[in-house]
This record gives sequence, structure tokens and C-alpha cells, in this order.
Amino acid sequence: MAQRLLGENPSAWAFVLPAMVVIVGLAIVPIGWSLFLSFNSADLIKPAEWVGFANYEALKDDPGLRDAIEHTIIYTGLFVPISIGLGLFLAMALNRQMRFIGIYRTALLAPFIASVAAQGVLFSFIFDERFGVANAALAELHLQTQGFLGDPGQALYVIVLIGIWGGIGFPLVIYLAALQDVPRELLDAASVDGARRWAQLRHVILPQLVPVTVFLVVWQTLLSLQLFDLVYATTRGGPLDSTVVIVYYVYNQAFQLFNAGYAAAVAYVVALFLLILVGAQLVYSRFRARHA
Amino acid sequence: MSRRLPRLPFNPWHLVLAPVAFVFALPLLWMVLSSFMSNAQINQFPPTIIPDSLHLDGWRTVFGDSQFPRWFLNSTIVASVTVISNLAFCSLAGYAFARLRFRGSTLFFLLILLTLIIPFQLTMIPTFIVMDKLGLVDTLAALIVPALVTPLGVFLMRQFFMNLPKEVEEAARIDGCSRLGVLWHVALPLAKPALSTLAALTFLLMWNDLLWPLIAISSDENSTLPLGLTTFQGQHTQDFSAVMAGNVITVTPVLIAFLLAQKTFIQSLTSSAVKG
Repeated sequence: MAQRLLGENPSAWAFVLPAMVVIVGLAIVPIGWSLFLSFNSADLIKPAEWVGFANYEALKDDPGLRDAIEHTIIYTGLFVPISIGLGLFLAMALNRQMRFIGIYRTALLAPFIASVAAQGVLFSFIFDERFGVANAALAELHLQTQGFLGDPGQALYVIVLIGIWGGIGFPLVIYLAALQDVPRELLDAASVDGARRWAQLRHVILPQLVPVTVFLVVWQTLLSLQLFDLVYATTRGGPLDSTVVIVYYVYNQAFQLFNAGYAAAVAYVVALFLLILVGAQLVYSRFRARHA
Repeated sequence: MSRRLPRLPFNPWHLVLAPVAFVFALPLLWMVLSSFMSNAQINQFPPTIIPDSLHLDGWRTVFGDSQFPRWFLNSTIVASVTVISNLAFCSLAGYAFARLRFRGSTLFFLLILLTLIIPFQLTMIPTFIVMDKLGLVDTLAALIVPALVTPLGVFLMRQFFMNLPKEVEEAARIDGCSRLGVLWHVALPLAKPALSTLAALTFLLMWNDLLWPLIAISSDENSTLPLGLTTFQGQHTQDFSAVMAGNVITVTPVLIAFLLAQKTFIQSLTSSAVKG
């Protein structure tokens, strides 16, 4: 009887039970619960009240949300191509035998290991309008000092800059690993053909890096769309809400303004978009694997 | 191109890499150095890079009247408990998914894959409600419980065990070893690279996390380092050297771990790419 219920390895259940309790209880159930919340008016204190599609209706014309989406798109549009392009360039530069290569790699990777909160705290001093070294250096060079994180027109771009400083390590490491996998024979064959450096790069190396680049585009986009820690540690969304991004907006709605139902609806719409993105990448890598 | 230029006595790539590496290292160096400056020197104009003499005011503030030692302890507890529990439970579950056939295994594994791609902001509100119902909000347990087992960890361990040849294990089975015995005596010793990857990844994520502690913790004494640091910064906007000293405390443990085990960390990062 137990055999029939649990399959041929009843003891296997003991192996997965602790993992499944945590994952079902604190990941699967919340996915459904969020959906339920998104159809409710909930403030995390009083019992939730069913409101149908009202939250989804409301998010269609919410100027705050529209701004948050716009800021997120600007961040993503800059962070993804720059971090990937720079990561690829630096990986190619590092992918050779020479002195100090270990030191260079460590210097480029170290920021990525540091907590984003610490990065934010560090740079809010470096870019402090009055006391920061960045402005001091500009003044020293007789250049106009800048508002940086205190200027609504600049803050988001400064955050992009910090994001790249702290985030370059990941694409760098991934490209370094991928470059090691470019078959030696391919490179040798190309140089026998007399291919110039540039041609070798364009026709031999880059095509080999397409799958890993697709992965990185998706991964870095997911990271950018979920940006939060850096904004919290530098500007807390300011000045004048100029750096409020989507997750910051969701956090603020749910835990500062106690519009948990509305926040859940926003989170659901964003998650759906992310799922489509990941789905597209999975379809792509399947397709590629089949036609390789 | 290089043929036409006069030959440099060193590899020309140094000209690119040395300045770039310097620019990337500079902020972290400045963080350490400025923690030993006086606030007057940090605000001094033009800016100075090297402390004029060793000032310990910042460090005194941090160790004297702040909760940094407490936050350090909290972060250590949260990170070590979750690392240990992930090693244990992800190995068990990963092994079962790789080797044992049982009812519901496909369904459960699909559920794990699903949670891998669900962004945290979707689940954070209900997770907070669950923690609230369990009475765990504003305790370290609220940080530990949701991270006791991570879907990524189960996935990584399953992938590793799938690629492990079955023959060694089968010999042990014939010798009368139980499944658990095989896992403990045969499979796990072979899984050291996967286990250190999992440990490094979990430690990094838990030590550095800000968003969830910000939601789940409301009191100073239960904060972790990233949360405490951002709070401390908000309260001491002018006390630069103290904030930088706190920053050094937050960052140093992961940086030391990284320098000591750079290979493991790099492996962890590249193995998370497998997930895509």
C-alpha cells in the first residue's frame, strides 16, 4: 500500500521532504498567494478585501509607476550593453599569458564580491555633492563641480556608473570561462589561413560566444529589472523620485504605504514580463542545441 | 599593427589593463584609507589619498557606540546556519532527484525549476505575511528560515550527481550500504567541488543581502551588516571615517574569503550560468 502510494523508493521522500517543505511553503505558496493578494485590497494588517481587477485597472494610469518603469528601462538600456561590452573587452584583454594578470583580474572582480549596500554607501560619499572626492577632483582640475547623486537629472546615471563598477565581474568571469572553451584548433586553423587579428576575432571567436552572450543579455536584464539595493543605499529613490525603480516602487507600496494588494499586482505584471524573457532564452538555447 | 610601432619592453596590454584595474580598485582602497583619516582630513581640500597620520576615531566610534559588533555576529549567524543547512538539505534533495525514482519526483523538480525563475519581489509580500503569522518578524529566524534550502542549491547538486558515474555507488550498494550510507560515504566525498560552490554562493548571497533584511527586520539589534550599515549611514551623514570603518567591516570578510578561495568563487559564478 505504502509502496503504491510513494513509488518504488518510499525512503526517497525522507531525502526531499525538508527541501520541499521550505520550497513549497516559502516559494510555491507565496506565488499563488501573491496572485490572490493582487485581487485584494490588503494593508498587511486588516484582513484582505476582494476588489477584483481594480488593482490592475489602477496600475494602467499610475504616473508614479510609469516613472518607475521609465527609470528601470533607462538603467537597463545602459547597464546591459555597457556591462556586457566592457566585460567582453576586458575578458579578451585578460585572456593571455602575461605578468600581473592575476592582480588585474582580482581588482576587476573584487567590487562584484562586495555587498551592493556597501558599494552604495561608499559611492554616496565619493559622489557627495559638498564633501565627496569626485567633486574635489573636478575642482582641482578647474572643472565645474557636479550635483551627482543630489541632482535629479544625474542621479540615475551615477547609479548606472556604480552598477557597472560593481557588476562588471560577472560578465567578465563568464566570458573568461567561455573564451577558454574556444577550441584551440579553430584559432590555429584561422592563423594558418593567414587571418588577421581582427578577422580572427570577428569570424572565429565572436560566433563561438553567441550563446553565452544571449545568456548574459537575459541575466543582466533580469538583474537590472530587479535593481533595488543600490538605489536604497545611495538615494532611497530621490532626489524628487528621480531614481525610483520598479522594485523600489513595489517595496515602497507594500511596506511603506501598506498597499500590499496593489504592490502584488505590480509585481505580478513585472514577473510575467520576466518569465516571457526567460522563456524566450530557453526556447533559443533549445533551438540552438538542436541545430548545433 | 604592432609591427609598425617601436617594440615596447613590455606587453602593450599593460597600458590598457593597469589603468582600468587601478580605477576599479581605487574606490575600495579609498574606503580602507579614509577609515583611518580624521573627518577634517576627508573634507580637506584638495583631497588627500594617504592619511596624514593614523586616526582611529572612526574605528573607535564603530566599536564603541555602534551596534557593528552585534551586526557582525548576526550576519555570521545567518550566513553560517544557512550555509550548513543548504549543504545538508540540498545534497539530500539533489541526490534523490538525480538517483532515486519516487512518486512526484518529476512534479517536484518542475516546481523547483519554476521557483528558480520567479523574481523575489513577487514572493516577498506573502513571505513577510508567513513570517508574521509564525511570529518570526524581527528575529534572525525570519532571515534564516526562507533561505534554509534554496532551489538553486537543489538544482546545482542534482546536476552534479547526475554527472557522477553510477558504478562506484553500485559497488557500495552491493556491499550492503543504505542509500544514506552511499550518499555520505561515497557520493559526498566526490562532491567536494559542488559543495564548495554551493557554500560560496550561499555565503555570498546571505552576507550581502539587503532587501529581505530591510523588510523582515525592524530593530537595530537584529540587523545584519548591510542593513545596519545603511541605517548607520543615515544617522551619521557627516561622520565619514566611522561610516567607512563600518563599510570595511561589512566588506572585508567576503573579500578575504574571495582572495583565499578565488578559484571556488569564480567556479560558483560560472556554474550559476549553467542555470540558463
